[in-house]
Amino acid sequence: MSVRDERLSRDGGARGGDRAQYGVCAFLALLGALVIVDALRIAPLTSSNDPIGPRPVPVLLGVALLAVAVVYGVDVARGGRGEPEGGEDVDLSTAVDWRTVLLLAGAFAANAVLIEPFGWVVSGTVLFWGAAFALGNRHHVRGLAIAIALSLITFYAFAIGLGVNLPAGVLQGIL
Amino acid sequence: MDNLTHLLDGFVNVLSPGNLLMALLGVVAGTAVGVLPGIGPAMTVALLLPVTYGMDPTQAFILFAGIYYGGMYGGSTTSILLNTPGESSSVITSIEGNKMAKAGRAAQALATAAIGSFVAGTIATLLLVLVTPLVVTFAISLGAPDYFAIMLLAFVAVSVTLGSSRVRGFASLLLGLVIGLIGIDGVTGRQRLTLGIPQLADGIDVVVVAVGIFAVGEALWVAAHMRRTAAPVIPVGRPWMGAEDWRRSWRPWLRGTALGFPFGALPGAGAEIPTFLSYVTEKRLARRSEEFGHGAIEGVAGPEAANNASAAGTLVPMLAIGLPTTATAAVMLAAFESYGIQPGPLLLERQPALVWTLIASLFLGNLLLLVLNLPLAPAWAKLLRIPRPYLYAGILFFASMGAYAVNSQPLDLVLLLLLGLLGFVMRRFGLPVLPLIVGVILGPRAELQGRRSLQLSGGDLSGLLGGPVSIAIYAVIAMLLVWPFIKRYVARSAP
Repeated sequence: MSVRDERLSRDGGARGGDRAQYGVCAFLALLGALVIVDALRIAPLTSSNDPIGPRPVPVLLGVALLAVAVVYGVDVARGGRGEPEGGEDVDLSTAVDWRTVLLLAGAFAANAVLIEPFGWVVSGTVLFWGAAFALGNRHHVRGLAIAIALSLITFYAFAIGLGVNLPAGVLQGIL
Repeated sequence: MDNLTHLLDGFVNVLSPGNLLMALLGVVAGTAVGVLPGIGPAMTVALLLPVTYGMDPTQAFILFAGIYYGGMYGGSTTSILLNTPGESSSVITSIEGNKMAKAGRAAQALATAAIGSFVAGTIATLLLVLVTPLVVTFAISLGAPDYFAIMLLAFVAVSVTLGSSRVRGFASLLLGLVIGLIGIDGVTGRQRLTLGIPQLADGIDVVVVAVGIFAVGEALWVAAHMRRTAAPVIPVGRPWMGAEDWRRSWRPWLRGTALGFPFGALPGAGAEIPTFLSYVTEKRLARRSEEFGHGAIEGVAGPEAANNASAAGTLVPMLAIGLPTTATAAVMLAAFESYGIQPGPLLLERQPALVWTLIASLFLGNLLLLVLNLPLAPAWAKLLRIPRPYLYAGILFFASMGAYAVNSQPLDLVLLLLLGLLGFVMRRFGLPVLPLIVGVILGPRAELQGRRSLQLSGGDLSGLLGGPVSIAIYAVIAMLLVWPFIKRYVARSAP
C-alpha cells in the first residue's frame, strides 16, 4: 500500500514543490475508510461488562484519520512540507536511488520466500550477500564469506545455543 | 529506610557472575549500537527481545538497561568525531563537540562527555531511587479513568512536541494506533482489521513493528540516499581533560542533570528538549560566550549530562506507572509484558527483587561505561569505519532473524518489509516515528482502560472524567492542543 506513495513521491519531487505529500493524505484517508468499513462489519456486541463493544474505538480512529488527512491536505496546499530525515550516511542532495532500494527490498523478499524451504543459513546468506551487493559492495567473494560465516554463527549461537526458532531447512542433519 | 535495604539487596544480586556478565554485555552492545549509524538502542532491545525469551527476566532487563545507557554514551562519540549525530538525543552535542574536535580538542570533548555522562547518570539514578517510590504511592490511588487520561496525555504530548508539524505527528500516532488495533479484541473476541488472515489474529508483534519501522525503514532510506563519499572521521587519542576543562565542566554537568531528569520523566519531552535547554542555558551563563559556535566545552558538558539524566528520568514513569516516554522505554514496556510482568504501581510491590536489581545494575553500568569509554574511545571510533554495505546488510540480517524468531512465520518477514516501506515513506515525508511506536504499544492498553472506565459508569461517558487527577490531565491536554492558537493570537494582538 505504501508503494503507491513512493511512486507519487518520484513524480512530485521532480517538480520542485512537494506535491507527493498529497499521496500521504490519500493514503491516510483510504486507511481511515478501511478502518471504518472493517469496524461496521463487526456485529455490535455489548454487555454489562463492556457497554461499548469492539466497534466505537476503530470508528473513532477512522474518523480521526479522515480528519487528519483533510488537515494535512490543507497544510500541504498552504505550502507546508515535512523535512526528510537526515543522518550520518544520508545525503539528501541526491535524488532517490530507486535501483538500490528495489534491489535491497528484493534481497529482503528473497529471504522471506527462501527461509522455510531452504532454511536460515541459506536464506540468511542470500539476504546478507544480496543486501551488501545492492548497497554497492563489489568484493563478491569477501561478501559471500562474511554472509556464510554470519549465518552459520547466528544459527549455532541462537538456534542451537539459545533455542531460538530458526529453521535448518535443506541443511537439516548436516548442521 | 526500607528502600535502602532493598537497594543493597539489589547490589548483592547484581554482583552475581551471571548478572555482571549481562551488565557488561549490555553496555558493550549499547555503546556499539550508539556509535554505529543506522541502529539505536530501541531497535537493539527490540531485536534482542525474542532472543531473551528463555532468559531470567532480571538478567534480560539488566541487559536492556545496559544497552539503553550505553547507547547514550556511544551516541556522543559519533556526534563529536563525525559531525552527524548517531541518536537524536546527541544532536545538540555535535554543535560544539564537532567544532572542538576540528580544533584538535576531540580528546577533551570526549572526556567531558563521558565523565559528565557518568556524573549525571549516577546522580539521576539516585534521584530515580528517591522519586520512584513516591510516584508509586501516588499512582496506586489512580483508577482506570486516570490511566486512560494519562495515556491520552502521552499520545498528545509525543505527537505535538516532537518535530515541527503537529498534523504529521498525529498522522504518525494514528498509524500506530491502527496497527495496535489489528487482531482479536481482548474483551469480546471479535477480529478487527485481520483481513481474514489467520496469522493476524494475535495482532502484529511489537518486535516486528519496531524492527520494521526502525531497522528496515532506516536501511531502505539510507539505500535511497546513500552518501557515496564517507564523511571524514576525526582521529582521536585517549580522552583526557586539563584542570581548566574540569573547572569549566562541573557546573554544566550539574545544571544539565537538573534539567535532564525531570524532562525525561515527562511524556513527549524525551532527551531533545532538555539537551537544547541545557545548551541555551550554558551559552547564556558562560563567561566566554563568544567561544560558543567555535567549540566551547560547556556546550558539550551540559547537553551530554542532560542527555544521560533524562535516560534515568524516563525510567521513573516507566517503572512507577507503566508509561513509556521514549522509544526505548516503550520497547522495554513491551518486554515486561512478554515476560508476563505487569508494569505499573504494583510492580515495585510484586517484583521488588527485579526492580531493585535493575536499578543497582544502572549504577554498575554507569561505572562500567566510564571505564569502557575513557580509555577505549579510539577503539570505538574504529567502528565508524565499517564499510556501509556490510553495516546495513548486517542490520537487515539481524532484523529478519529477530522478527522471524518471534513467531517462526514467514508472514512476519513480509510484514517487516511492508512496515519498512512505511518507515521509508515516513522518513521521506518528515513524519516522526516515535508517536507511531507509542501508539502501537499504548493504544491497546488505553482502549482497555477506557472501556474499563465506561464499564464502571455503565456506559455513561462521564465515567471517562473520573476524579480530580484525570480532570487536571485533561486540562493539560487541552492546553497542549490550543497553545499554538493562543500564541498566534497573542503575537497578532501585541505588535
